[in-house]
Amino acid sequence: MSKGSIVAGVLAPHPPHLVYAENPPQNEPRAECGWEVLRWAYERCRANIKALKPDALIVHSPHWPTVVGHHFLGLPHFQGLSVDPIFPHLFRYRYDVQVDVELSKQIKAQCDDVGMTTSLVSNPDFRLDYGSIISLHLINPDWDIPVVFISANQAAFYFSNEIGAKVAGDLGHATRRAIEASGKRCVLLASNSLSHRHFVNELDIPEDMSYERIHHHGQYLWDMKVLDMMRRGKSRELLDIMPEFIEMASAEVKAGALTWLLEAMNVPSYAAIVHGYGTVIGTGNAVVEWNPSLSGGA
Amino acid sequence: MEGSLISKAYIVSGMPQLLLAPEQSPGWTRLRQAYQVIEADIHQQEADLILYFSTQWLSILGYMFQADPRPEWVHVDQNWHELGSIPYQFVIDTNFAAAYAEEVDQLGYKTRLIDYRGFPIDTGTIVAQKLINPHNRLPAAIVSCNMYSEKEETTRIGQAAARALQKSGKRAVAVLVSNLSNRFHVTKIDPQQDHISSQKDDEWNQKILEMLGSGDVEDVAQCVREFARQANGDQRFKGLWWLNGLLGQTNHFSGQVHAYQAVLGAGAAVVALLPSVPVAAKDLASTLGSEEGSQAELVEELTDFEQFTRPQSPAKTSPQSPALRRDIPAATLPDFEIVSSSSAEPVGNYPHARRYGDFLFLSGIGPRKHGSKDIPGIDFDENRKVLRYDIRVQTLSVIHNVKKILEDSGSSLEKVIDIQVFLTNITQDFAGYNEVYNEVFKNIRPTRTTVEVGALPTPIAVEFKVIARP
Repeated sequence: MSKGSIVAGVLAPHPPHLVYAENPPQNEPRAECGWEVLRWAYERCRANIKALKPDALIVHSPHWPTVVGHHFLGLPHFQGLSVDPIFPHLFRYRYDVQVDVELSKQIKAQCDDVGMTTSLVSNPDFRLDYGSIISLHLINPDWDIPVVFISANQAAFYFSNEIGAKVAGDLGHATRRAIEASGKRCVLLASNSLSHRHFVNELDIPEDMSYERIHHHGQYLWDMKVLDMMRRGKSRELLDIMPEFIEMASAEVKAGALTWLLEAMNVPSYAAIVHGYGTVIGTGNAVVEWNPSLSGGA
Repeated sequence: MEGSLISKAYIVSGMPQLLLAPEQSPGWTRLRQAYQVIEADIHQQEADLILYFSTQWLSILGYMFQADPRPEWVHVDQNWHELGSIPYQFVIDTNFAAAYAEEVDQLGYKTRLIDYRGFPIDTGTIVAQKLINPHNRLPAAIVSCNMYSEKEETTRIGQAAARALQKSGKRAVAVLVSNLSNRFHVTKIDPQQDHISSQKDDEWNQKILEMLGSGDVEDVAQCVREFARQANGDQRFKGLWWLNGLLGQTNHFSGQVHAYQAVLGAGAAVVALLPSVPVAAKDLASTLGSEEGSQAELVEELTDFEQFTRPQSPAKTSPQSPALRRDIPAATLPDFEIVSSSSAEPVGNYPHARRYGDFLFLSGIGPRKHGSKDIPGIDFDENRKVLRYDIRVQTLSVIHNVKKILEDSGSSLEKVIDIQVFLTNITQDFAGYNEVYNEVFKNIRPTRTTVEVGALPTPIAVEFKVIARP
C-alpha cells in the first residue's frame, strides 16, 4: 500500500446563507439570490477538489463542540434533517452521509496513541452538525465522497487560545499520521469563518445585499492581514499570531479547525489560493485552498 | 398563591446524565431524586403553563420562541451521545409564545417564532421537561438565551414574560435550566468519583445556594457577574437575571435547595422558590426607565472591538475610522468614556467616567440628583441663595451618585482605590462629612485626601473625585 497523503486543505466556512441562496433540492427554504462572490469562490474551489478525486473529505466543525476530547462518527451511514438552530428559516436540509469509518477509527487510534481523549459515535439517531453539513455541501454537493467528521474540542474556550492551539495541533499531527498510514488521498476542510462579529438583526429578505458589509473596519483589517499571510505561504507566522487574531477579531477559528488543518499539512510554506472573500451578516468569510499540486508545493 | 403570576419557580440542571444514567453516580442519583420531588410538587401547582429558559438554547439574533404546537424528535446529545437517545414530544402554548414575543418586540429586540419541523430543542429543556412534566400535563413555553445579552437586557426579557402572563391572564410555573459553575472535567472520569472541578467553584456555588435557600433572588442577581467570573457560571449564569426579572426583582421568596451535586465537574442543583408575596408584572414604561443600569450599553462598549482590534503593522488609520472618534492609539489599552444613565448629568462637557487600562477615573461627582437640578440637603431662598445645607445629606448623595456610576461601569464601591474630597468649608463640615464617609468606606479603606476649596461650580458643599478598579 502506498503512503496516503493530504492532497488539499480548504478553509471552508459554513454560513447557511450560501446554501439558502443556491437553492439546492435538499434545502427547503428558497431564495432569489445572494452572496454570489462567495458562492462563485466555492464553485472554483469545488472544481479543483473534484479534479483531485480524493478518497475522503475530513471536516472539523465548531458546531460539534465537545467538552471531553475529540469525537468521531463510528457508523457508516447517517441520514436526517439538519435544521440550523440560529437560522432555521434559511437552512432545513436533508442529508444522507456516507462515513469512512475505517479512517475515522484510524485517526482516533492515532490520537489515543499520544494520550488524547477520544470518543466514537455509535448512536444512529445522532444528528450531524449543520456546520459540517454546510461545508461539505458547498465543497461536494454530489455527496459522492466518503467523509470523516471531527468534533471541536473546547480547550480554547476552557483554558486559553494557546492551549486550544496545542490541542488542535496535536489533532492535526494525529490526522496526518493516520492518513499516511491509511494509503488514502484526503482533503481537509476547516469549517470556519475568519472574523466573527456579526449584526444582531436581520432584514425580512435575508438576501438583500444592500445590507451586507463587514461588521467593523478592524475586523476587515485583521481578515486581510491573515489572508495576505495565506497568499504568501506564511502559515508559520499565521499560527504564531492566531491567538491574537482570535482575540482581536472574535475569529471563529478559535475552535481549532484552521490550526488543525495547517498542522496536519505540515505548516505549508507555499501560497494558498484565496478563491474569494465576502461578508455574511457582518462576519468575514474566505474560501481558501492549500493545494500542493497547484501551488508548486508538492 | 392567589393573584400571583408565578405559582412557583425552579432552578434545575439540564445535564442528560440525570435523565439517562442517574444510577451511575451517587450524586446524579440524588439530583434525580430531587427532580422527583419537584415533579410531584409541580403536579400540585395550579398553573396554566410551564415556562422554560435554558442556557443551552442559545440565540444570537435577539430571541426565539418555540411556536410549533407539537414539536417532536429523537434527540441525542452532542457531547454525551453514548448515554442514548431521548424521544420527546412537547405540547406548546403557542398563544403565549406569540404574546411573549410581542412583549419582547416592544423592547426593540429581534424575535422569531420557531415553527419548523425538526428544529433542535436543546438538551437542557428536554431533560427538564422529561423529568418534571413528562406527560405534558402543563403546556410549555420556551424562550432562547441570547448569548451576548447582559444584565439589563436579560432582566427585561424576564420582565416581558411577566407582562405576557398578565395580559394573557395566565399563571406559570417558571423553570430556569442552568448549571451553577460550569467547568467540566476534560478527561473521562469514573462517575462514582465525580466532584466539583475546583474548590473555588464549589465555594461559590454554595454561596449562591445559601442565598437562594433564603429566597434572596434579587441579591443573587446582584452577585451574578462576580459569581460567573469566579466560577465560570453557566452562560455567565445569566438565566438568573431572566428569572429575577420574571419574579419581580425581590427577595420575597421561600427557597429550598433540594440537591446540589457535581455532574462531570459542573455544579448542578435543584432549587425551588415559592413566592411569599404575589408576583406581579412591571409595566413597560417603568422597566424602560428603571435604574437597573445600562450594563448592556457598557458591555457594548467593552466588546466594541473597533477600539481594540486593529492589527498593528499594516493598519493605516483613516480619518473616517470610528476608532479615531475615541482618540484611541492603535492596539493599546482600553480607553473609553462611560456615561451613566442613573447618576446626575454632568454640568459640562465631560463624561461621568473614563476607563483607561485597568482603572476607572471618575469626574468630580457632586450631590445633585439624577434627572433634575435638585441638590439634596440645601434650602434656597426665592433668589436661589443658599439659606442652609446639611453636609451629611449632601455627602450621602455624592456617595450614591458615585455608586451608580461605578455600577454602570461594571464596578462597585468596594473597588474604589483612591478618593479626593473637596469641601467648601472644611472647618464647619469635616465632622459631618467624615461621619457619613466612615459609614460607607470604613472597611473598603481607599486612600483619601480631603481639602478645602474656595468654591465649586454649583452651590454644592462637597465633591468627590474617585479612582477605582473596573
